[in-house]
Amino acid sequence: MYKRQLLLFAALRVVTARNPVHAALYLVWTFIQAAMIWLLLGAEFLAMALVLVYVGAVMVLFLFVVMMLDINFDVMRQGFRRHLPLAGVIGVVIALEMAAVLMGGFRTTEPKAMAVLPLAGEASNTRDLGVLLYSEYVLPVQIAAVILLVAMVDAIAWTLRERKDSKHIGVDAQVRVKSRDRLRVVQMAVTQPAREQPPPPAEAAAGAPAAEKKP
Amino acid sequence: MTLTLGHFLSLGAILFALSVIGIFLNRKNLIILLMAIELMLLAVNMNFVAFSYYLGDMRGQIFVFFILTVAAAESAIGLAILVQLFRNKSNINVDELNSLKG
Repeated sequence: MYKRQLLLFAALRVVTARNPVHAALYLVWTFIQAAMIWLLLGAEFLAMALVLVYVGAVMVLFLFVVMMLDINFDVMRQGFRRHLPLAGVIGVVIALEMAAVLMGGFRTTEPKAMAVLPLAGEASNTRDLGVLLYSEYVLPVQIAAVILLVAMVDAIAWTLRERKDSKHIGVDAQVRVKSRDRLRVVQMAVTQPAREQPPPPAEAAAGAPAAEKKP
Repeated sequence: MTLTLGHFLSLGAILFALSVIGIFLNRKNLIILLMAIELMLLAVNMNFVAFSYYLGDMRGQIFVFFILTVAAAESAIGLAILVQLFRNKSNINVDELNSLKG
């Protein structure tokens, strides 16, 4: 039962670590310990999902952001000592209150057998979960899918930044353009009157020497 | 000593209290605040899984499944906002995020 102590120690280090990278790594440790406890509690699929989704995706994202941002974290820790007594008192009060109620109220030692679903032959946590998810909880699953899609689009749209010198043309503008936007057809008469003829070059040649003779 | 449901529930309670302490301590650092929120969700999930085991009902685990989904979406959006904030203000100090104040 050392997993509980390890879990709580890692969680404590998450909130007290000086360096956010260390805090993120301790949070990874916390999630792995929690996944082990969930394995003990018979939630195998959720334990694996916790490791894959949290340790594999969310915490990597956290580490990526922490390392990408160039922040002076010592400035961030101002007021840490000042808030320590208040935070400690509030935390201890919350923990003691909840633990007193919970330890007194829930003395259940023997776990009840998992209600066997009609389709499940052998006891398989993943199968039971899947049967429930895709029969009774189809609509919530689809709502969760929509939430994930919206979150993905939102995160991309927030952080997308175009280059200023980009020659990129919007595809919608390309598709929407009509030929008359590019080509201008000018209405003209079929026949045109002949333009005035310029004076024949012979006259001009004859006039020039005449002008020279004047003086 | 046999493990009772109360042990796991109090584990969740202590985890929740630790994350509340974390929110109090790291009031300026937005990244640690997001991590503390993740810890709170983990504490809630711990309670759900413990109840699911001791009461023999799969529906607790279904609920944990959806909480995991929403928490992943939440942290993705939160970190995207954080990155955008850092680009605009070169800082993620919570005390300086007062431009929406009336």
